[in-house]
Formats: sequence, structure tokens, C-alpha cells
Amino acid sequence: MEATHAHDHGHGHDEHAHHHPSGIMRWVQTTNHKDIGTLYLIFSLTMFFIGGILAFGIRAELFQPGLQYWDPEFFNSLTTMHGLIMVFGAIMPAFVGFANWQIPMMIGAPDMAFARMNNWSFWLLPPAAILLITSFFVPGGAPAAGWTIYAPLSTQMGPGMDLGIFALHIMGASSIMGSINIVTTILNMRAPGMTLMKMPLFIWTWLITAYLLIAVMPVLAGAITMILTDRHFGTNFFNAAGGGDPVMFQHIFWFFGHPEVYIMILPAFGIVSQVIPAFARKPLFGYGSMVYATSSIAILSFIVWAHHMFTTGMPAAGQLFFMFATLLIAVPTGVKVFNWIATMWKGSMTFETPMLFAVGFIFVFSMGGFTGLILAITPVDIQLQDTYYVVAHFHYVLVAGSLFAIFSGTYFWLPKWTGHMYDETLGKWHFWLSLIFFNITFFPMHFLGLAGMPRRIPDYAMQFADFNMLATIGAFGFGLAQLLFVWGLVKCARGGEKAPDKPWEGADTLEWTLSSPPPYHSFETPPVVK
Amino acid sequence: MVTQIQSNLVTMRKLAIVAVAMFGFGYALIPFYKKICEVTGVNNVVKADTVENTQIDNSRVVTIEFDSNLSGKLPWAFRALQTSVRVNPGELTTVMYEIRNTSDHAVTGQAVPSYGPQLAARYFKKLDCFCFTQQTLQPGESRQMAVVFVLDHGLPDDVSTVTLSYSFFEIEGVARKAG
Repeated sequence: MEATHAHDHGHGHDEHAHHHPSGIMRWVQTTNHKDIGTLYLIFSLTMFFIGGILAFGIRAELFQPGLQYWDPEFFNSLTTMHGLIMVFGAIMPAFVGFANWQIPMMIGAPDMAFARMNNWSFWLLPPAAILLITSFFVPGGAPAAGWTIYAPLSTQMGPGMDLGIFALHIMGASSIMGSINIVTTILNMRAPGMTLMKMPLFIWTWLITAYLLIAVMPVLAGAITMILTDRHFGTNFFNAAGGGDPVMFQHIFWFFGHPEVYIMILPAFGIVSQVIPAFARKPLFGYGSMVYATSSIAILSFIVWAHHMFTTGMPAAGQLFFMFATLLIAVPTGVKVFNWIATMWKGSMTFETPMLFAVGFIFVFSMGGFTGLILAITPVDIQLQDTYYVVAHFHYVLVAGSLFAIFSGTYFWLPKWTGHMYDETLGKWHFWLSLIFFNITFFPMHFLGLAGMPRRIPDYAMQFADFNMLATIGAFGFGLAQLLFVWGLVKCARGGEKAPDKPWEGADTLEWTLSSPPPYHSFETPPVVK
Repeated sequence: MVTQIQSNLVTMRKLAIVAVAMFGFGYALIPFYKKICEVTGVNNVVKADTVENTQIDNSRVVTIEFDSNLSGKLPWAFRALQTSVRVNPGELTTVMYEIRNTSDHAVTGQAVPSYGPQLAARYFKKLDCFCFTQQTLQPGESRQMAVVFVLDHGLPDDVSTVTLSYSFFEIEGVARKAG
């Protein structure tokens, strides 16, 4: 690649290699942050629909009591793979896509720090996804131990689990490389004058998220490597008979897993913190406190993991510690929610689609946050462990939290990325249908959980039938509403009203000073931030 | 521009070291947890207990029932030589179990005890047990093994029966070759 300097398209003075291969090779070989961002976003959209089809499978089975379509083992594969694909294939790559597109433009850099590594980070993902999905077709089927792949289930399953473990290894490597790239870009390549405390909040949240990823993805890699060696090489990390301990897997997994849930929500906070000031036409209220709140959430995330395992029989002192540490996280999270509301207070607000999704995010995410507080209380959690209350809780924070923020950010930056305005009517339909169907799907699950319906079981008692039917109708509605999103994306990518450089009156970050769509290299000469 | 690349590489190196260190940290958690379990007394199922009070309480009789299980496809026969015994708290008692390898190859197993009711675990003091070590049986070999225990005086009064249950697990890694 280095040898192929092709000085064309007005890039004659550029030091980097820029030949532009056409067709598919343009995308395979690209080292451009915008191309890679687009690849990440398309990949994540694809995985979002694959995960969604699995969710259809789950909800179809649960439409009525009794076993309709799948045997219970395959149902477990569906829930497991839905979780793995949505977490590692849809939500995380979507945020990395945003990071690739936005970080260089928002800090005034020409590209990411390590462009070639960036290409590699992305192209590791499709093979990992293929491995993961192939596991459906091997003897024994896809991983069925839950997305948490708890031992001893995961040490006993068929070869599908090995494929899943390899997929997670590769995705983890991709995440770590992506994060190293992001941290380096943010720390070393900011425009002159942009001090850390002048960075847009999206940059701050991604900086902290990338640190979290570097710290915990290797721990997950370690945990699944131990499973792999337990399965094939005679080690006994989690095998009680050989002196191991299956509960230890849960400790190691959740040491990764709890920071992981913040990895999936902090960039969402960042997007919402860009969108709300833009449409309230006021600067973000309490910028400094937002930065400190984000950092506190990240630090606290390392000392709360055992609240996922209150029922494993830990000493009361341990339960109390993890309960209070978890409740403590509500404080910085509350700071954030109040800051967003204070930003809107007396603002000149308009409600275009990005703002609708951002306001919807605050409303529905807060509900998920409150159920999180309820679950943090040990005696309550012991009752609700592994019920649909937990399912309702984490879908409120992950779908209505992370996913709505991804939608918000997509509509917000789509005019910048494509150079065309998206279809506002379609966007509004997408929002309202998503919000309504989301609540039809997941709100009844609170009641199901409180009444004791266990998760990951394909059958249920008769008294749960009505709420399950309602949830299934909501889920199909929610899934179909996402086709509007794709329609809007395709329409916007192919044409439409020409977008001005700054389509949103209140937006004030650096990317809006570039043309729409922005030049191939964002800032050849760094802008000066005062 | 060269300084930019150099400083980027320095940052990358630092972050890569953090990532590698965290991979090691994941493994370091294992001895760390073991130590915590040891210190707090959680999970010490395969160690001999110590007994302070061996005074026999003749006023109370507790029935101990014995149960034996095999996990998975372990090709063994496993049974307790007595179904139950009646003991006084503080009394030193020895009971026997028998295992036999019914397959044509040597197999190693490990027994893991459990108790019903669960809270009895704290008061059931094992001085010696075949569950403290792994057992390897040659093809067709059989072995009788002892459990020596004392029931602690602190056992709550409403517990009149304790079930001691052993499950044998094969330990050659979990992945088994066919046959």
C-alpha cells in the first residue's frame, strides 16, 4: 500500500497513501475514518436485524403458552444468540462507527491516529460474526448457555460454544484495537486550543468508554480462554470436581460484564449531550459536572459486579457492600439526567427527530434506571433474580437507552454524513412507532417478572398468557417499525434536499464548520479553538 | 508530523501494556478468590475440619442418611454401605462408601459433598473423607472408602435428620473422547 501513492483528486500534498481503488476494494482497503465509520454502522445495522429476527423467534414462541415452534434447547440458543449478537454485533460496533465518523471531525483531526489498524479493527468483525452465526449449523447447535456463558453450562456444550468463544475473542481484539486508536486520537490529535475540558461531551464519553474497554475486554478474553482450556485441555478453572469453582466464572465474567453495560451506555450519554443543547439552543448545563459524573460512573462500575450474583450465597457483608456501591451509581447518573433537563429548561426547543429520540431516551432510560435501583436492593433482587423484571430492566436501558441514542445520533449527523436531509416525516413515524411499540413490548414484562415468570424458558403458566401475547404484538410492531428507519436511511443516502453545512441552528461543535458531506480528510489544516 | 506519529506510538504502547496486564489480571483473580474463600471460610469442601468439642451429648440423637450420585457418564458404581446411622452430637463416627469401575479403562473421579438441610454443612465436621483426594480406579477395580465425622453441638435443635450426599465427577477435563 505504501508504494502506491496516487496523487489525484486534489490530494497532491498529502503525505499518506491515497490511491482510491474502486468497487469493493475501496471498502476492503480503506483506511479513511469516514469509510470505516460507515462500514461499522452498516455492519451493526445488519447484525441488529439478525438479532431482531432471533427476537422474533423468541417472541413467537412466547405468544402462547405451551411449546409451539422450537424445542427448549433451541429456544435457549435463540435467547443466547440474540443477546450476544445485539451486545457485541449491534450496539458496540454502532458506537464505534459513531466514534470513527465523529471523533476526528469533532476534535479537528484529519483522521484517526492509526488508520491501518482502524481498517483491521473493522475487518475482524465480519469473520467473527460469521463464526458466531455458523454455530447454529454445527452438531449441538449454537451457544445456549445465555449471553453470560456461565460455567458449567458453557464447559459442557457442543462445538457451537467453541465457535462462540472464538467469535468473542476476535470481537474483543477488535474492540481493544479500536479503543487504543480512539484514546490515542483523542489524547494526541486535538486541534490547537482544544483542552480536555473544551472537548465536546461525546468525545469525553468515548474517551472514558475506550479506557473501560481496554481495561475489561482482556478480562473477558481471559475468562473465555479459561472456558476453552477447561473444555479441551484438561484444566479445571470452573470444574468443581477438579478443584475449580463455577461461581468464580461469574465473578470474572461480571468484573467484565458490569463495566461492559456502561460501555454500552456512556457513548449514548455523549450523543444525547450533543443533541439536547443543539435543539434547546442553549449550551449544555453543567458541562464540568457531566465530565465528572461520567468518570465517576466508570470508576464505580468496577466495584459493583457482584450485584449480578446476590443469589450465589455470598456473605451478608459482601451483599451490603455491593448493594450500597450500586445504589451510589444513581448519584452521578441522576446528575446527568438533571443536567439534560436543566439544558432544556427555558430553551427555545424544537422537536426534530434527533431531539425526539433524545427526549424519549431521557424518559425511557430513566425508567430503566429506576428499575435498576429496585434490583440493586439485595432482598428484592433475590426475589426478582432471573425473572422477566430483569429482562424488562435491561431492555429499558439497552433498547430505549443505547438504541434510541444511536437513532438520535444517526438522524442528527445523517445530513452531515450524506449531504442530504433525511425525511422528517418518516423519522417522526419511526420515533413514535418505536416508542409506543417498545413500551407495549417491555412494560408488561415488569408485571410478568413481579408475578414470577422466569426468563429463558420457552413455556409459561397460563396466568402469564395475556401479557405475553401483548409483548409479542409489541415486539413485532417494534421490529417492523425499524424498516422505516432503513427506508429513511436509504432515501437519505440516495438523495433528497441538499443539507447546509450546519442544518441545526443550535449545534456548535467543529464538525458543523465542514461542508456537508465533509471532505475525504476532515481537517487538513487544524482549526484553532479559542 | 513525525513527532505526532512517535507520540501516537508511545500512547499505543502504554495502552497495549494495560490491555495485556488486564488479561493477566483476569487470571490473577483466581488465586485471589481462592484466598478470599479460604479467609472467609466459604467453599472449603475438600479440606479436613477441626473439632474442638468432642464431649458426647447423649441427650440428643440425630439421624444421618447417606446418599450417593454419579455425574454424567462416569462409568462407575457408587454406593454407601449403610443407608443411615443414628449419632449423638460430639460422637466420632466412621461410615463406609464403595466405588467400582465398571469400564475397561482407568478413570479418575472426585467426590463433592452436599448436605440437606443446607445449613447442616456448617455443623458436619469431616475429619477424614475420600472426598479430600481424587480417586483413580483401574478397570474393574473396586474400593471401600471411609468418612470420619463428628456432628457439632451447635446443630439447631429442630434438625433431627441430616442427609449427606456425595456426587462423583470425572476429572479429565470436561471434554471426553467418545468411548
